[in-house]
Amino acid sequence: MKHIISVEVENRFGILARIASLFSARGFNIDSLAVGETEDPTVSRITIVVPGDNQVIEQVIKQLRKLIDVIKVVDLTSKPTVTRELILARVNARGKDRDEIMRLVEIFRARIVDVHPESLTLEVTGDEEKINGILTLLKPFGIKKLVRTGKVALLREIKS
Amino acid sequence: MKKRTGAQIVVEALIKEGVDTVFGYPGGAVIPIYDVLYDTPQIRHVITRHEQAACHAADGYARATGRVGVCIATSGPGATNLVTGIATAYMDSVPLVALTGQVPTYMIGNDAFQEANITGITYSITKHNYLVKDIDELPRVLKEAFYIARSGRPGPVLVDLPKDIQNSSTTTAYPEKIKMRSYNPHCEGNPKQIKLAAKEIDDSERPVIYAGGGIISSDASRELYEFAHHNNIPVTTTLMALGAFPEDDPLSLKMLGMHGTRYANYAICEADLVIAVGARFDDRITGNIAEFAPKAKIIHIDIDPTAISKSVRVDIPIVGDAKDILSKLKSFTKGKKRDAWNRKIAEWKEKYPLKYEKNGKLKPQFVIEKIYEITGGKAVICTEVGQNQMWAAQFYCHTRPRNFISSGGLGTMGYGFPASIGAQIGRPEEVVFDIAGDGSFQMNIQELATVSKENIPVKVAILNNGYLGMVRQWQQLFYKRRYSQVDISGVPDFVEVAKAYDVEGIRIEKTSDVEPALKKALSIKGPVVMDFRIEREENVYPMVPAGAALYEMIDGLA
Repeated sequence: MKHIISVEVENRFGILARIASLFSARGFNIDSLAVGETEDPTVSRITIVVPGDNQVIEQVIKQLRKLIDVIKVVDLTSKPTVTRELILARVNARGKDRDEIMRLVEIFRARIVDVHPESLTLEVTGDEEKINGILTLLKPFGIKKLVRTGKVALLREIKS
Repeated sequence: MKKRTGAQIVVEALIKEGVDTVFGYPGGAVIPIYDVLYDTPQIRHVITRHEQAACHAADGYARATGRVGVCIATSGPGATNLVTGIATAYMDSVPLVALTGQVPTYMIGNDAFQEANITGITYSITKHNYLVKDIDELPRVLKEAFYIARSGRPGPVLVDLPKDIQNSSTTTAYPEKIKMRSYNPHCEGNPKQIKLAAKEIDDSERPVIYAGGGIISSDASRELYEFAHHNNIPVTTTLMALGAFPEDDPLSLKMLGMHGTRYANYAICEADLVIAVGARFDDRITGNIAEFAPKAKIIHIDIDPTAISKSVRVDIPIVGDAKDILSKLKSFTKGKKRDAWNRKIAEWKEKYPLKYEKNGKLKPQFVIEKIYEITGGKAVICTEVGQNQMWAAQFYCHTRPRNFISSGGLGTMGYGFPASIGAQIGRPEEVVFDIAGDGSFQMNIQELATVSKENIPVKVAILNNGYLGMVRQWQQLFYKRRYSQVDISGVPDFVEVAKAYDVEGIRIEKTSDVEPALKKALSIKGPVVMDFRIEREENVYPMVPAGAALYEMIDGLA
């Protein structure tokens, strides 16, 4: 099963290398990883999607916590969260395919960010389901290039 | 605050942290530090003949004293030569601060002369490391380095010091207090878990305590002794914990695992409860993990949460300091008699003692027994790695914590001799032995110069069989005696080598010469090298073959 792990770290030189080194040394896999500064510029938040059974995930979390520059680790998988991913996809778009693609853009609330006589480049934001949904529908046209940011996630604020 | 240079701050930090000895090797990128040391008589600097030895010596000093060991090396090759020593300390949770020089900050990344990315290289073998790029951060970094090295589960911390940082200056003071939001080692065990464990202990009929190096790090030998005796629970220790529980005590099962005693391994197999304290279920301990302690529930006490449920599923985990938890467990448990269980264990001990064949030839086990006898069991025993290490573990009766110093996790050949230098400097009043093999000793043989020049009176006992003995043993048992690349016999003449370094050398070829030689060695004030020409194909028994279960021990004796 895939777990979404949110890691707050000291925004210091080399922290990403430490985490990458930990994953490779311990033989853990990473599906995606997204990193950026938070509201506090001394803290970065890293969202890592990790495949593995419960025992592996338990070790991943403990090992991350053991890193000195890691402040907090939360497994968001079974918690109420908002998750988003952004993709840029360059799709073959000739003749009447262009209209078809434009329609998909509208339905999925995507955006066209680059136009070429033979292709369109789409920006899509959403959760995993939505991203996978549009990718399935775009595939028949021919996806020339694809880039994904990896998932970012936040716990929902609980209303009291 | 008056301005001080980076190099001055480093040396001041050493003084403030109570460091009296550092081990190192100078080089271009650390000259500023050595220049300050030149005027610092309160810190003894021991120059080894190889940076690896400096790191092992600092490690041996730390294990023998419980204080943080410190080593210094220059950038590039100096730093990379520390790597094996750092990895050794990391695997065995030894508090160590390694200071390395680095090329100036503006040269980093340019493949400058003697540049190596040592922080990158050591990410996975340090508890933490720092590359100092701002002089104002240096005091805090050094304070944190010592704190991290010694607190929680101890470990090595490396601080990489670019030369321009050593030369630039600041008024920033050395902090009095540590404030780290991301590191707060957890020390007190959860009271609910402790009560749960106490109940499980009271309910058990056949419990065994499996004690690891954490007992020594946590200084918990007394608490372990009292807890075990209060509840009449037999105690087996790992290699790292030899001496944490006195082996002459009726409750001692000595060492368990691959070359442990049969009775320790049988006790684990029959136990209904295993209480693991400061141990990590290493593969050399468990054998086939699926069959480890098959009838037992497991309580696991460790300060490092990652050690828990890493290789075996634990029923009751308790994260915290062993010393505190053991004393609480003692007060919460009823103190059952457990006569039947201890009778069973006494029977096993009677039936399966550690033994070796006495055939008139010079036996390594006999040498170890004699060292025990002649030193009254009070010596600090350092070992190399391989057969010599296992015989030292088995045939010396270990009764004192911090008196057995050996590379357990990494299994570093060449560790023992430099470690014995550190141990001897840390505990100058005591007799320190390095029990060596002829292979291991040659991996840091250059340190004869260090012991000679500094007159460090370690006694090196080479159990010389002219083989890489443990590999030969495996080839004999599992590879049809195809002795591939293990015969290293013939050279050097260790007595002559010792002489060349102005160190006393003694060759021992007969059983009857062992005692006189040891007595002579102890009467000499300086270092001594003893070349024991032991029976070449002697094996370490009993043995759990790799991948077998603990009850499947093999023995070479009828």
